[in-house]
Amino acid sequence: MARRPKLAVWKFTSCDGCQLSLLDLEDELLEIAEAIKISHFTEATRRSQRGPYDLSLVEGSITTPAEREKILQIRRDSRRLVAIGACATAGGIQALRNFADVREYLSVVYANPDTIAALRDSTPISEHVPVDFELRGCPIDKRQLLEVVSAFLADRRPVVSEHSVCVECKRRGVVCVAVLGQPCMGPITHAGCGALCPAYSRGCYGCFGPAEAPNVSALARRWREDGAAPDDVVRMLRTFNAAAPAFRKESDPRGSD
Amino acid sequence: MVDAAALEALPSLLRARGYRVVGPVERGGAIVLDELASWDDLPRGTTVELGPGAYRLRKRPDEALFGYVVGPQSAKTWLHPPAVLEFRAERSRGRVTVVAEPADPSPVALVGLRPCDLAAIRVHDHVLGDGPVADPRYRSHRGAAFLIVVDCAEPAATCFCASMGTGPSATGGFDLALNELLDEDGHRFVIEAATDAGAEVLGALATRPVPLDDEVRVEAAHERARMAMGRRLDPGRARDVLRNAVESPAWSEVGDACLGCANCTMVCPTCFCTTVEDVTDLTGDHAERWRRWDSCFTFQFSRLSSGPVRTSTAARYRHWLRHKLETWHEQFGESGCVGCGRCITWCPVGIDLTEEVARLESATPESGDVA
Repeated sequence: MARRPKLAVWKFTSCDGCQLSLLDLEDELLEIAEAIKISHFTEATRRSQRGPYDLSLVEGSITTPAEREKILQIRRDSRRLVAIGACATAGGIQALRNFADVREYLSVVYANPDTIAALRDSTPISEHVPVDFELRGCPIDKRQLLEVVSAFLADRRPVVSEHSVCVECKRRGVVCVAVLGQPCMGPITHAGCGALCPAYSRGCYGCFGPAEAPNVSALARRWREDGAAPDDVVRMLRTFNAAAPAFRKESDPRGSD
Repeated sequence: MVDAAALEALPSLLRARGYRVVGPVERGGAIVLDELASWDDLPRGTTVELGPGAYRLRKRPDEALFGYVVGPQSAKTWLHPPAVLEFRAERSRGRVTVVAEPADPSPVALVGLRPCDLAAIRVHDHVLGDGPVADPRYRSHRGAAFLIVVDCAEPAATCFCASMGTGPSATGGFDLALNELLDEDGHRFVIEAATDAGAEVLGALATRPVPLDDEVRVEAAHERARMAMGRRLDPGRARDVLRNAVESPAWSEVGDACLGCANCTMVCPTCFCTTVEDVTDLTGDHAERWRRWDSCFTFQFSRLSSGPVRTSTAARYRHWLRHKLETWHEQFGESGCVGCGRCITWCPVGIDLTEEVARLESATPESGDVA
C-alpha cells in the first residue's frame, strides 16, 4: 500500500465541537485511521508529529496576534488546508465582538486588561491564508466531514452543495415552516445539516451561514412585514455566522463594506 | 356510487393487489402525501386556507374527507423521486465493475390526487416518459402506478386550473375518479373507473347506481369550483407576453424580491431537473452515482468552466418563468404550468407568477408596437 497521507487537526478560537465531529464518526474511525495517518490531533492523542502534512483540518477563528502567526506556519506545513466550522469560515459566535469596541469591554471585564492580547475582530481563516475548502456549520455535519476527507483521498471535489436549506427540506418532504408562519433562515442559509430544525417544525437558525447568492434583505423584509422589530431581525442574523458578509451587510449596513 | 363507509376498504384492496398506498395525511401543520395505513388516516373535517407564502389548516363544519386542495408534494415525489441511486461501482485488483441499481419495483397507489396533478403527470409523460430521452426509471414507476383522483369542489385562493384547462374535474388519465358528496342524503362518492385496473378495483367495492340528482350535484359542484378559482392565467396570452418581455425592466423588480431559494421549483409538479453526484468512500474502492432534484434557481445549476451563466436572481427567475410558460411550448408542445398554485403558496416571500405575468404585460409594449 502507498504511504498513508498525513492528517493534522488544528484548533484556534473555538469550542472544539467541530474537531469532535471527527471522533463522532465512530463506525468509520478505524477505516479513517487505516486510510490516513493522524499526525496531529490533540483531542484524540497528545502524541504529535511534525509537518509537513498532506491535509490540515482547521477549526476556530483568528482572535489573537499569536493565532495570526500560527496559522501562517500551519499553511506552510500543509499541502491542503480545509477550514471547518462557522468559526473558521465566518469568525463564529465570537465575531459578535466585531460589532463592539474590544478595548471598551476588556476594560470592563478584566481587572488588568493590559495582560489580554486580543485582536479587534474575530476573523475566518481565509482572511489570513489561502484555504482549499471551507466546510460550513456550527457544528459541521460529520457525514460532510467524511465526504471532504474521502474526496481529498480521491483527489476530487467534495460533493457539498451550496444551495439553500429549502432544497434539503423539499427533498425530505419537510413542510415549510416559513410558509406556516415562523421566521426561518432556511431560504438564505447554506445547506448541509439536512434540514435538521425544520424537520422538527422549528425555523432554521442559520448555523451553516449564507447560501450561495442569498437575498437576505428580501427575507428580512418579509420578517418585518410579519411583525418583526428591527432588533429582532438583527438578532436573527447575528448568531454563529454574524460576521459572514451577507448576514453582516443586512444586520449592520453602516459597518460593512 | 359508493358510500363513504364502503370506501374504507380501498387501502386494503389496493395493498392486496401489491400497491404501497400513499394519500393525504395531516403532518407537520399541513396535508402532505404519505403512507396511508388506513382510511381513518385521511384528514377528516379539515380544510386549508392558502395565500401567497401562506398555508394554514382550518377546521371544516362537516366531516368531508377531501375538503382541501393540493399540499406541498405531488405525484413527482413517487414517480420522479428526489434522490435515486443510479449505480454503484466497485474496484477490485485494479478492475472497476459497475453495478446498475434496479428501479424500486414496488408499485404505488396514489390516493387523492387532484385534476391538476394528473395534468402534471401528463406533462411528465411527455418530458420523461416518451421522446428521445425517456427515463426508464420514470417509465417503470409510472407504468406500475395506480392513480386515484378526487375532483375539486372548493378551490383555494392560489388555484387557477380552470383557466389553464386542467381542472377542476378530471377528464382522463386516472384509474379511479372520485367526487365527494356530503349532505342530508349522506356521505357518499360518485366513483368512476377509466382503466381495466381501475374497473377491477371498482368491482371489488360495494357500489350502487348513481341517482340522477347526484349527477346533477356533481356537475353543479364543478361549475361552482370553476367560478371560485382564486387566480387566472391565460396560457396563450402568457406565452405571448413572455416572448415580448425578454428585456423588460420588470425582471429586476422580481429579482430584488426573489430569495433564489428554489422552493417554487421543488414544489412544482412539472419541474423535473436533476443533478448528478458522484461520491467515493475512504478506500476509493466503492463509488456511487446519485441523481437528485436540482433547481435552475441554484447558482451552480448553470455553472460552466468559466462560472455560472445566470449570475443574477432576476436572470434565474426569468429563465424559470420563460421556460415554464413560454419555451416549454416549443420544447414539449404545451405549457409547463398546470395551475396548481403550489409555487405561489410555498414561496416564502409570496411571489405570484400570475401577478408577474400581469406586471410584465403592463410593463412591456404590445408586440405589434415593436418595430
